[in-house]
Amino acid sequence: MSHWLVIPVILPALVAGILVLALRHDILLQRITSLASTAACLAVAIGLLVQAAGGAVDVYELGNWPAPFGIVFVLDRLSALMVVLTGFLALLVLLYAINGWDRRGRHFHALFQFQLMGLNGAFLTGDLFNLFVWFEVLLLASYGLMLHGSGAERLKAGTHYVIVNLAGSTLFLVAVALIYGVTGTLNMADLAVKIPAIPAADQALLQAGGVLLLLVFGVKAALVPLHFWLPATYSSTSAPVAALFAIMTKVGGYAIIRLYTLAFGADAGEAAWLAGPWLLPLALLTIIIGMVGALASRSLRWLVAFAVIGSMGTLLIAVAVFDDKAMAGALYYLIHSTLIAAALFLLAELIAERRGQDGDRLALKPMPAQGDLMSGLFFAAAIAMAGLPPLSGFIGKLLILDGVRDNASAPLIWATILITSLLIIVAFARAGSLVFWKSRTVEASRESSELATRHYPALPVVVVATLIAATALLTAFAGPTMRYLEAATDQLMRPTAYIATVLGPQPVQEPTLAASPEVSP
Amino acid sequence: MELLVASGIGLLFAAGTYLLLRGRTFTVVIGLTLLAYGVNGLLFAMGRLNTDKPPVLSLDLEAYADPLPQALVLTAIVIAFGMTAFVVVLILRSFLEVGSDHVDGTEPGDPGTLRTYPDGSPVEPVRAAAADSQEDRS
Repeated sequence: MSHWLVIPVILPALVAGILVLALRHDILLQRITSLASTAACLAVAIGLLVQAAGGAVDVYELGNWPAPFGIVFVLDRLSALMVVLTGFLALLVLLYAINGWDRRGRHFHALFQFQLMGLNGAFLTGDLFNLFVWFEVLLLASYGLMLHGSGAERLKAGTHYVIVNLAGSTLFLVAVALIYGVTGTLNMADLAVKIPAIPAADQALLQAGGVLLLLVFGVKAALVPLHFWLPATYSSTSAPVAALFAIMTKVGGYAIIRLYTLAFGADAGEAAWLAGPWLLPLALLTIIIGMVGALASRSLRWLVAFAVIGSMGTLLIAVAVFDDKAMAGALYYLIHSTLIAAALFLLAELIAERRGQDGDRLALKPMPAQGDLMSGLFFAAAIAMAGLPPLSGFIGKLLILDGVRDNASAPLIWATILITSLLIIVAFARAGSLVFWKSRTVEASRESSELATRHYPALPVVVVATLIAATALLTAFAGPTMRYLEAATDQLMRPTAYIATVLGPQPVQEPTLAASPEVSP
Repeated sequence: MELLVASGIGLLFAAGTYLLLRGRTFTVVIGLTLLAYGVNGLLFAMGRLNTDKPPVLSLDLEAYADPLPQALVLTAIVIAFGMTAFVVVLILRSFLEVGSDHVDGTEPGDPGTLRTYPDGSPVEPVRAAAADSQEDRS
């Protein structure tokens, strides 16, 4: 048990406190501290990834209480990957934000660090109730970030976002209560041990709790019909926050992958693969709604927001078949879609900035300033998002299509993914041709020629280019990445080592009587 | 006792859900609060309903009050309290800034809040936000 495991949670928590209490008047010190903390988190996360790549599961018992009595943090290949992805994305987003966004409201950096703390906690925890607490931490920080800079429209979208998520949290607690009432435990590894032995009389309660949890994670992952909050929220918030939120939908995806392979996986008896039959049709609907919505969008940010919904659909289709190959493909697609969604949200704002009054609206207007650079970046990002070769979206979709081949509904899945891919290509082609291509024929207005002479800072462009380059690297190193992801999938699908490490070599016989019905008077 | 507790929780959930679906933000907040109360009751009842049982764990005991749900309820109460405080401030701010306490930020059937582009096409809510941020910048 090494203490490094808890650093990605403790460090942002401490730094956020310092930022609020000691550095709130000095934006420069705030930026330096926040960047240093995020970079340190990333460095620790990479160290953890190297450690987890060996295949050993590491457990950190908080307060030295043994599982299942205390709360544990568990590091396996998947959680290490998610923490690294969060750190990488957060560092780039922060570099973008220090260019001016962080001055639009107060406490941006503190909220950002709290958000990081919540994300890392959610990825590392091995306890269901603790997962709820981390969800609340990251949501509360995200409420603040989402409203950062304020404005009437952002408040309107923010009200919806907050209320939907509060209702989601309530359902999370209901599900936790049902599962605890039946199994008498909330430790995920312990749940995996207890669930196969649940008698038939209690199965209804257990499975109701399990499906309710799917609903809760579905809200986070924007699973149709729970996606209504996403487009308005992501497109009305500031660009760096929307880019950071690219990982927020993945928290829902991660929780689905974690819980339904570990606690409701192959060995769960009657409740085995509980999520599958619900998840697959909803994920198919999600990808259709996402891509059709993208086609109907009237601004770049709506387009990207719907493309995010579509990519969550693609990801969840691959998760829903619960097959080794498809799951590895899903994890690859998860990395890809996080990076590219963030790149597109940032890029949409850069383009809006260079079009002045026209913003990111999809209409025939004069060419944006720095048109060649912007169109080049947009072209690369759109190719990656739509899943055309040579960038990582193509490989991700190919892996998923290949992974679901043995499934009974493979023809349906193939048809849906391929047709919706065509839709998203059309949507991005329409956007690109309106904003960059046909706009060459429009005469420059006074505003656009004024914008063309303005000086634009280089750092935000570099950040976007880095994110796109990361997807290129993901393509170039797809081999080593896939070897890691296949090993991660192996840990997920056969969690014996995970359970044995968390509960220790001889699982303590729990004296909890709460689960046994004879306790009731 | 089971019937009383179960129907009490059910009533809280029913009233909470009804209020959550109302159009004004204040009733929505009351609805969320009632839902939180219902959940607290449910969590507590999941430790089984018993009276006069010793609270502390001992292996000799046949039956005892489960201490864990009480810890869970405490956490849930604290979180729900914080969230309610936050959402009250949020809707107040939203009301003062948007000028309506409807959850959608516009009075039903009110054309006054409909904004248009210079070319006359209606503005999507998000586009208006982008326009606002452009104004902030200049």
